[in-house]
Amino acid sequence: MRAHGIYWIAVAVLFAAALGAALAPVNEYFFYAAFVVLQFVVLATAWNILGGYAGYVNFGTGAFFAIGAYTATVLFKWLGAPLAVQIAAGAAMSGLLGFGVGLLTLRLRGIFFAIATVAVTFICETLMINWRYVGGATGLQLERPPVLEPFETYTRMLFVVMALLALGAVSIARYVQVSWIGRGLRAIRDTEEAAEASGVPTLRLKLFACTLSGALMGAAGAPMPMYLSFIEPASSFSLNYSINALAMPMIGGTAHWIGPVVGALLLASTQQIVTVTISNELNVMVVGVLLVLFVVLAPDGIVGLFKRWLRSSA
Amino acid sequence: MFFSWDLLAEAVMFGVLLGSFYAAVSIGLSVSFGLLDVPNVAHPAVMVFGSYCTFVLAGWGLDPILAGLVLMVPFFVLGVLIYRFYYEAFEKRGTDAAVRGLAFFFGVAFIIEVGLILAFGVDQRLVQAEYIGSSLALGDYRIPYRMLVAFGVALLLTFSLSLYLSRSYIGRAIKAVAQDEPALRLMAADPVRIKQWAFGIATGVSALAGAMLIVVGPVEPALDRAYIGRTFCVVVLAGLGSMTGTLAAGLILGIAEQIVLIFFGASWAPAVAFGLLLVVLGIRPQGLFGR
Amino acid sequence: MNFTRRKVLGAVGAGALAASIPARRAFSQNIVKIGMSMPQTGSLGAGGQAALVALRMWVEDVNKKGGLLGRKVELIAYDDQTNPANTPGIYTKLLDVDKVDLLIAPYGTVPTAPIMPLVKQRGKLLMGNFSFQVNHKVQHDMWFNNSPWNDASSWSDGFFAAGKKAGAKTVAFLAADQEFAQNLANGARKLAQQGGIKTVYDQNYPPTTTDFSGLIRAVRAARPDIVFVMSYPNDTVAIVRAVNEIGIGSGVKLFGGGMVGLQFTPNMVNLGSQLNGIVNYNSYVPGIKYPGVEEFLARYAKKAAEAKVDPLGFYLPPFNYAIGQILEQATQAVGSFDDEKLAKWLHANEVKTIVGPIRWDKSGEWAKPRVIQAQFRGVVDKNLEQWRKPGKQVVIYPEEYKTGEVITPFEKARRAK
Repeated sequence: MRAHGIYWIAVAVLFAAALGAALAPVNEYFFYAAFVVLQFVVLATAWNILGGYAGYVNFGTGAFFAIGAYTATVLFKWLGAPLAVQIAAGAAMSGLLGFGVGLLTLRLRGIFFAIATVAVTFICETLMINWRYVGGATGLQLERPPVLEPFETYTRMLFVVMALLALGAVSIARYVQVSWIGRGLRAIRDTEEAAEASGVPTLRLKLFACTLSGALMGAAGAPMPMYLSFIEPASSFSLNYSINALAMPMIGGTAHWIGPVVGALLLASTQQIVTVTISNELNVMVVGVLLVLFVVLAPDGIVGLFKRWLRSSA
Repeated sequence: MFFSWDLLAEAVMFGVLLGSFYAAVSIGLSVSFGLLDVPNVAHPAVMVFGSYCTFVLAGWGLDPILAGLVLMVPFFVLGVLIYRFYYEAFEKRGTDAAVRGLAFFFGVAFIIEVGLILAFGVDQRLVQAEYIGSSLALGDYRIPYRMLVAFGVALLLTFSLSLYLSRSYIGRAIKAVAQDEPALRLMAADPVRIKQWAFGIATGVSALAGAMLIVVGPVEPALDRAYIGRTFCVVVLAGLGSMTGTLAAGLILGIAEQIVLIFFGASWAPAVAFGLLLVVLGIRPQGLFGR
Repeated sequence: MNFTRRKVLGAVGAGALAASIPARRAFSQNIVKIGMSMPQTGSLGAGGQAALVALRMWVEDVNKKGGLLGRKVELIAYDDQTNPANTPGIYTKLLDVDKVDLLIAPYGTVPTAPIMPLVKQRGKLLMGNFSFQVNHKVQHDMWFNNSPWNDASSWSDGFFAAGKKAGAKTVAFLAADQEFAQNLANGARKLAQQGGIKTVYDQNYPPTTTDFSGLIRAVRAARPDIVFVMSYPNDTVAIVRAVNEIGIGSGVKLFGGGMVGLQFTPNMVNLGSQLNGIVNYNSYVPGIKYPGVEEFLARYAKKAAEAKVDPLGFYLPPFNYAIGQILEQATQAVGSFDDEKLAKWLHANEVKTIVGPIRWDKSGEWAKPRVIQAQFRGVVDKNLEQWRKPGKQVVIYPEEYKTGEVITPFEKARRAK
């Protein structure tokens, strides 16, 4: 019980810090960059629910993320919906997509599942390219609504919203991990046939993980159109989201909910600094190289290394 | 939508040419993934790397297809090294490592792509050759020579590889490894060395595929993303392990793509390969000729 | 690779890491910073590099005269790689990290479209750089374009007029699915309808398309009289090659119209005779007498040779130099760098530049457009010098710059001298 208490106090403190920063005279660019870092915390955490806990490597993060963004765009353009509604709707649509993708593909093993998720990404992208209402391949310019009190700029508000989403996503992942759902998923990851044989409802659990993962990714994607004031398919569905969402948990550590957080904070912050100081391309190189290094040398990620260090120094 | 029989005939004709090109581009994956079960999603990236190497060699005056043939040797060596590394790091350590092996190849694909951007920039690259830019006139139809060259090379490649696998000693050993590895071990043949050799061939073939790629059209570093769908579609549609199936599957994809492009619009064509892939995975996952 | 960029970025890096910089604008004492992103690689890269040479020439010239309002001008230019996904981040960085005083838009509609809402929200003046109708949705009142067109009519009237004179009744549209081509296509479709020309083919293609054989075949099958193509340099080159490879049909009277990239010298030299017969838009060809442009081009040629970019510099460089002149005159007149005051002055006044006098309308486009339509004739392969004198691009519209009549049909024009 003490662990729970500590966790929720930490959550409250972090949220207060985020709110405080947003109201303080901090350089505007900090919020612009921090938004992206927090977004990856959500994406990495979401990915890990299916990829880390259950062992199903999803390479279609881009699809769920972008569908969340496009849902938000449609609601904004059609109804002028407020941000909260956009996020809820984005999560719902991507959750639905996750459920559908799960039904169709979860019986495929390993690489086939991964390639099927890439297929879903490209097909969703093609659908958006052919839908003129959201701008097709050209894209859509969007004007932000006026910012709510007490925030000075819309970007600061988005930063706080994303902080809330990140804390929420991590809390959900933590709950899943310690609950019977998490145990079931771990059983599936270790040996699916054995789990099936001993009565674990594998299909339902996998579908649940897929839906939840998709929904969280959609929630992360929904604020994007407002963040950029622009949306277009190529960058929204980009495989760059897929490799980041996969690399961050693998580098941080897939067994524990804190792994994706560590991986995302470290990797995304590095990327933001690299973008500002050197170049954009080097970002993807950083991710690729670190992923390969960790996957080969430190399969349990940073959390795994930390645990080993703790044990060895005990 | 504007329909005419002439247009359909042209679509099919061009689809056949394009399709055999797709088959040639996928045949390396047929070996590495179809036969050896290596989750090589970096295959298109290696192929694009081959295109850039061809570009460099062509810049020194070499004919692109010749350059591709020359590159097959260093790429073979590269393939052997990659497989060796993959085996030591992942395959040896059991099934849990399979997930990480997949992640490894994704990482490699991105590293290659970014490496190309850093080395060459994002601009498109082309090669020049006698046969690029003019076409053969057959009645009312005009068939570009570059497609005919790619078609010819593709057919030669597919048939020679098929023959090699079924007639030569090593080729049959590769097929044996794919079918029943323990039995092979019992017969005192080293499956790891055989698989290494096979992966080397698959990568060497990718070099030639890369040369064909830059002959057929301009290349840029992110082109591998467009070919993940096509190559996996062809390999899965063919059925894992079937070489002749690869040719048939390539033709089907090529024709389907051209028909969609001409009659439904260029904006739907990119989804054809992936759509076909999902359909195959859904209805008949073992493909046309699979085991 | 990009040494200038590295130097600047290095200087910026230190500032960037200290995220706790207070959020008030800091005017450096003796420097005025002008920030932009320029596509130096990617589809528009060849044009962007040439444009940047011209802008740097202006910076050098103005600094020799004492700078702007007594302050030295520093130009910060990043490479957006012609990728619209990169520009919002770059312009946010320019405003919040580099803390620039003035903004110039990237060259081209596609990289500029995403930053229009951002710039409007931040209340910044934006100097347009050869974008087409990129402000028509956002209606930012502090946008001023440097390109000689206004709406689709200013662009395509000449093209359609030539077609109708040749007796054309049908048109085929082939447009890339991106901001520039779609803006132009939307306008052109209406004009065709108003002009009584029937649309027999209308296709958008994804901007990443590289093989056009299928599309050209489909266009040919529709048997149009005019083919109006709206494309960006990569696709433009591919389309020209495809047409030369498999043919567009003997019935086509006019081909071209809105093909970006046929104005870049490297493409002109590489495509050579494949260009013959195409009727396309341009902003300047040798022979047009803008005040001071020929002297500028002579100076530009030297700088371009050093930088190893487009040695002729006809299309963008004069108009990019003009951006500098516009900023010069506006800041001089207003006496400050205040965005609103500058915008107000620019809306009310005419500016004299090396591409002639410019006056803007309400939405920041030229009140008097000056787009020319020209037909390529008698171009030979691998020859740079042929372009320096008038004659290879015969201007067919508008009247005041006309140098010849258009030759139709397209196949006949391809063989004409």
